[in-house]
Amino acid sequence: MTASNATATGHKKNSRFKLHLKIWRQKGKNEAGGLVDYDVNDVNPDMSFLEMIDVLNQDLIKKGEEPVAFDHDCREGICGSCAMVINGNAHGPDTGTTTCQLHMRRFNDGETVVVEPFRAKAFPVLKDLVVDRSAFDRITAAGGYVSVNTGSAPDANAIPISKTIADVAMDAAACIGCGACVAACRNGSAMLFVSAKVSQLSLLPQGKAEREERVSRMVWQMDEEDFGSCTNMGSCAGACPKEISLEHIARLNREYLRATVLKKDRQASDSGNG
Amino acid sequence: MSAAAGTLKYLTSSVGRKYIMAVTGLLWSGFVLSHMLGNLLIFVSAESYNRYAHALISNPLIYVAEAALVVTLALHAYNGISLWLRNQRTKPSQYAVAPTRVKGASLASKSMAYSGSIVLVFIILHLVTFKYGANYTAVYGGVEMRDLHRLVLEVFRVPAYVAWYFVCMVLVGVHLFHGFSSSFQTLGLNHPRYNGLLKAAGTFYGVVVAAGFIVQPLYVFFFAR
Repeated sequence: MTASNATATGHKKNSRFKLHLKIWRQKGKNEAGGLVDYDVNDVNPDMSFLEMIDVLNQDLIKKGEEPVAFDHDCREGICGSCAMVINGNAHGPDTGTTTCQLHMRRFNDGETVVVEPFRAKAFPVLKDLVVDRSAFDRITAAGGYVSVNTGSAPDANAIPISKTIADVAMDAAACIGCGACVAACRNGSAMLFVSAKVSQLSLLPQGKAEREERVSRMVWQMDEEDFGSCTNMGSCAGACPKEISLEHIARLNREYLRATVLKKDRQASDSGNG
Repeated sequence: MSAAAGTLKYLTSSVGRKYIMAVTGLLWSGFVLSHMLGNLLIFVSAESYNRYAHALISNPLIYVAEAALVVTLALHAYNGISLWLRNQRTKPSQYAVAPTRVKGASLASKSMAYSGSIVLVFIILHLVTFKYGANYTAVYGGVEMRDLHRLVLEVFRVPAYVAWYFVCMVLVGVHLFHGFSSSFQTLGLNHPRYNGLLKAAGTFYGVVVAAGFIVQPLYVFFFAR
């Protein structure tokens, strides 16, 4: 894949090339933002996209300008921090890839690349490319957990789980909570994220005990956070760096239907508004 | 809280409202297929066309069916439009560059609110033209009944109406292309082994229904005058 891309875009080893960037700059949460033009003349095809922005930022700092703010942490595709939309695509043109794992050899010499923050009402821009994704934390806090009594750790093999179920649960658990699904969705829906959590926990025996409460509370919190509704367009699964499939959204739909019929949620039956 | 109010809380969430969209959408999918098949009787004879229509409207159950169609259409349109408006609010702006390939979305899925709105206008005008249109009568075997066949021939003599009908039926097909298989996903019916089949069934359904509806005005316009 990487070798063929290198030849496809004609970059030679250790060669440097130029890139024309249009990056969204926004001073603060309630400030107006806009795309600003930058030229990076020293792009190494082996750099990651984030390293390319590091190079730009060094240049901006030297010039006494404000560097571009962006989220990043592990830079190895597992933390879910890096979040940007590159030429309209969350995490860039490749599938199954986070921005930090996207290499500059995917771009052509002299290409114009538009970089924007994730856009959704539930993800307000804090500065430049940094958005507030704490709505995900509040959804998880609403039900994305398994309640356990404290005590010594249970034996790992005390509860048998079939390989099939374990595999599907693991596929869902691969979600890194980056928010690319929300960014890619034309409706700003968080269904893929929520479904990954619901799916993972409802498949496993430890999570089954609270499955009805979990799915209803997470869906209601999702609505409260102003995420959009799912119209089954599938852009979310296409943009997901962990390639979480729409199968999990269908499972969420089944789980919620089950909860609608069983109505086990005490919050719903006590207060009437959860 | 009563059970009914509890159910309402579940069904008014974004997921619950999609169930309503899916169920009402599937009911209408079934209706348009039966309507399309009934229309094809125009290729048999004026008598069979009129007798079929008479059999439907003289059956007292027609009022139950009509009420169900009106209620489900109203629920579908109301939820569809209000969810669309909500989604405009939850995604206030799209990106400067359009997404590509799998990170994008099909035109049909992006335009459901538009195709649906035009089809809704079409349905209302369609009722005005036919159901509440000129009431000609014909007598078959001593039974007086409505001569719908004559009205159809008159209406589809007008090129503008044929064109409007054509465009709207293509939109019905596009709406079904995404909507039919999407309804199953919304109701939780998704399996890696059958997803391809379901998607193909949705495409087939959209194409067959649209084509079945379109042949009638084209046939009348070009051959039956």
